[in-house]
Formats: sequence, C-alpha cells, structure tokens
Amino acid sequence: MKIRESVVKIGLCSSSLMAVAALFIVVAYVFFNGAGIINLSFLLESPYRFEYGGIFPQIIGSLCLVGICLLFAVPLGVASAIYLVEYAPDNIVTASVRFFIECLAGIPSIVIGLFGLVFLVYRLGLGISMLSGGLTLGFMILPWTVRASEEAIKTVPYSYMEASLALGASKWQSIYGVILKSAYPGIITGILLGMGKAMGETAVVLLTAGSGLESFLPQSILDPVASLPVYIYMLATQGHTEASYSRAFGASLVLITMFLIISMFAMFLRNRYISRNSGF
Amino acid sequence: MNKVNVEWVIEKLLFISAISSSFIVFFIIIFMLHEGIPALAIGWDFFFGMDWSPSNNQFGIFPIVVSTFVVGIGSLLIAAFIGIPAAVYLAEFSPRWVHSIVKPCVEMLVGIPSIVLGFFGLMVLIPLIRDSLGGWGECILAGWIILAIMTLPHVISISEDSIRAVPKAFKEASVALGATELQTIWKVILPNARSGILASLILGMGNAIGETMAVLMVIGNPNIPWIPSSILEPVSVLTSIIVIGINYAAWGSMHQHALFAIGIVLFAIVAILNAITTTVIRRGVS
Repeated sequence: MKIRESVVKIGLCSSSLMAVAALFIVVAYVFFNGAGIINLSFLLESPYRFEYGGIFPQIIGSLCLVGICLLFAVPLGVASAIYLVEYAPDNIVTASVRFFIECLAGIPSIVIGLFGLVFLVYRLGLGISMLSGGLTLGFMILPWTVRASEEAIKTVPYSYMEASLALGASKWQSIYGVILKSAYPGIITGILLGMGKAMGETAVVLLTAGSGLESFLPQSILDPVASLPVYIYMLATQGHTEASYSRAFGASLVLITMFLIISMFAMFLRNRYISRNSGF
Repeated sequence: MNKVNVEWVIEKLLFISAISSSFIVFFIIIFMLHEGIPALAIGWDFFFGMDWSPSNNQFGIFPIVVSTFVVGIGSLLIAAFIGIPAAVYLAEFSPRWVHSIVKPCVEMLVGIPSIVLGFFGLMVLIPLIRDSLGGWGECILAGWIILAIMTLPHVISISEDSIRAVPKAFKEASVALGATELQTIWKVILPNARSGILASLILGMGNAIGETMAVLMVIGNPNIPWIPSSILEPVSVLTSIIVIGINYAAWGSMHQHALFAIGIVLFAIVAILNAITTTVIRRGVS
C-alpha cells in the first residue's frame, strides 16, 4: 500500500516536471541554435533577402507596434476600469459593458486581425501600416488591461477612500491621489503582461502591419512596418535554407529574451506589491 | 460649483471610455457579419460542403471544421492527461521549494510566443515524426503536441486553483475516517474540484481552436482539405485557412467573403465554449 502511494506520487511529480521540461527544451533549443548568429551587426543591420543582414528594423518595428498598442489600450483600459469599479451604478448598462469586455477577451486573435484588416486597413483607409497594426493589437489586449486594472483597484482597501473623502477631497481627487497611487504596481503588472502578449502576437500583425521583411525603418506611422514575429514566420515558412533558419532562430532568441525580461519584471513587481499589501 | 463641474466631466469621460471599450465588440461583430454574410448565405453547401477549392468556387468548410475539432480535442486530451496530475501534485504534495520553481515555469510557458513554439515544432517535431513514424511529418500529431504545450499551463493553473479551493475540512474528515491520501484525493478532492477542472479543459479547448500561428506551422495545410483518417495526415484548420488564404483572396471576391465567414464560425465556436465554461463555473460555485 505504502509503495503504491509513493509510486503514484512520483507519477504525479513527473507530470508536473514535464511542463517544466517543455519550457526548458524549447528555450534551450532556441538558445543553442540562435546564440551563434547573434552579434552586434545582426542586431544593428537591415535584412537583405532571406539569408543576409540583421534584424534592426524588425526590433524597432516590434517596439513601435507595441508602443502604439499601449498608447491606445492603456488609457482606455485604465479609464474603463476606474469607471467600472468606482462609478458604475449597478444596472443593465454596466452589466452589458462588463459582458462585452469579457466577450472581447474571448475573441480569437485571428478574428481581431480580420476586423483590423477590414475596418482600419480598408474602411478607414489607413492601409497596411504601423498605425493599423498597433491599434489592432490594442483591441486585442484592451480586455486584459481592463481586467488587470480592475483587480488592482479592487484590492485597495475601502478605508483609504473613506479617509481621503473625510479629509475633504472630492471623489476624483481621492481616486487620482489615493486609489491609483496604491493600485499602480498592480496596473503596471497587468500592462506588462499585455505587452508581452502583444509583442509575440503574429497573426494580427501579419494581416495589418506588414510582411516582416521590410529592410527600412518606418518613416511615419502610416508606413508598413517590419516585426520580429512576422519575420520569423516568413523565414521559417519561405526560407528553406540553413542560413534563413539560423536567422529565424536568432530572431526567436531575441523575441524570447525581450519577453522574458518583461515577464520577470512583471513578476518582480507583483511579488513586491503582494508583500507590501500583506503588511510587510 | 466649478469643482462639481470638473467631477461631472471626469465621470462622463470615464463612462465614455467604458462604453467605447465595449463598442469594439459591436464593431467587430457588425464588420465580420457584413463581410461574411455573402458566404454564409450559401447555407448548406458552405457549412456541410465537402470541397474547399476557391479556384473552382467551391467553399465547403465541413472537412476543415472536423479537422479543427480533431486537432483541438486531441491536444486537450494530452494536456489533461499531463496537466491534471500536475495540478494535483502542485496543490497537494509539492514541497514549497518545488512549487516555487514549477509555478513560475508554468506561467512562463503561457507566454512563449506561439510563433516560436511553431518554429520549434517545425524544426524538431516534424523531422522526428517523419523519421520515426513515416508520412509527411507535418500532421495532426504534431499539431496535438504543440497545442498541448500551449494549453497545458492553463489547465494546470486553473485546476490547481480549484483543487486548492476545496475546503480543508473535507480532506481532514476523509483522512480521519482512515482513508489514505490518494483515496482522499480520488474520492473527495477531485469530485469537489470537478467543475473548476472541467472549466479549465473547456477554456483550454477554446484557446486551442482559436490558436493560429503555432498550429499553422506544423499541420501541413493541404490546399484541398479532406477529412483525415489517420493522425499522420496533414490537415487545415479554421485559423490556418484564413491566414494562408487572405493573401490570395481578391478583395470583394467570394473567396474573401468565405474567409470572413470562417472567422465568424470560429468566433461562434469559441464563444459557445466560453459560455459553457462560465456556466460550469457558476454551477460549481452555487
């Protein structure tokens, strides 16, 4: 009996280790195949066809897209969250706003990409551009910023609000000066997670922002823009040579590194936030 | 008086933000329907037609829908088979230090960009399958494995939370009656955590069906899809057919309308799965 228990326990343990192993195998494989190609000129030069040059425009393009995405999604998301938590009356309008934001979170990214293509690219005539891509990414992460900000605002004790109101501050002054000040690490964590999601998203960018192989830096927000994920996609599916595969590994490694930095920063912020809120 | 006005304006601005956030969904639905309706209007031949061949004006998506479910359900079974035991271990047995290593890794796994996972699959899994099992290499099996890796973290996290949510008293009562730890887990903890685990699986399925790039790169995407008869055959799924086709579809052609209609079908499937998840969770709570 005792032996059976420990056998099962080892089985359970090994299945959880498989998840860890999957992460390590993928990251290690990408690292060992990509590390060889990464040097300063790979990071700072423009690509030339599939096999030559570097990925500078791709890195800058990805950062620009994420920047536009955040400029759109963060103000709108945080404002919506403040309204939903602090102001919203308990009525049908509020309930349906919540419902639709939840819906948006459930829409597959490819569908949001199609919407960006028909609405922004064709209907509004923005073309295949940085602006279209960034805004469509913004639609995609908006529900996450709303949700994360709501959670963060809700964790601020109500007594803070009461204390501020009792000191004579108006409702907005209390929210701005007290609630947001205490909630901001949580909000930033949520934004960072959304940022990681936007950075790795391929389908949306492929449909709305450009083909990924552009060798120039965007001159305006209405130019098509290159990005790391689409670059990887192009090299992986249309390169068919060792040189282009190793470039794709290099770009993957850069993408994963950017992502890991963002999510470690997010975890760090969250842990500090939790320990502070638990009275540490 | 002035201060009251500022407050009023700010409240209205916040209200407008919240409303416009939810309006995006309306816009998405309206535009998708507007572009998709000409193809949806084909009716029976669209939903149950067996031939997808845009160059011959054939737009039957039935084989694609079947393949999508085959890929989604298979990957979910793999993820459940690994993820639920892992969740039990993390919630019930893991020492603190193991938990503090495994949990962040699981969270990181969510975020590995899908394109990188797909590329990994293309470079590693496909040659492996081709050499050991034969066939093209790009096949349903490869899609299952890649999607299982993507779904696994969701299954583990939500299942672990719902196992932890089972009141300690239940477990203590069971142990006090002389049950072993494993008997307790099997007979007491898992039945009580059932709704959360089920919810994680349905949600995982929704994610798997909506996932695009990783799947696209490993399943082969034959130009004319058919209903697969073996897991070593290449298939097309709803998401991959959109990405591959959208470059070739002339704007305003029936092909383009059909791709948007596929987007609507995808949206509907995922929305239904999400609605089921919500109901399951709600029923579990009450």
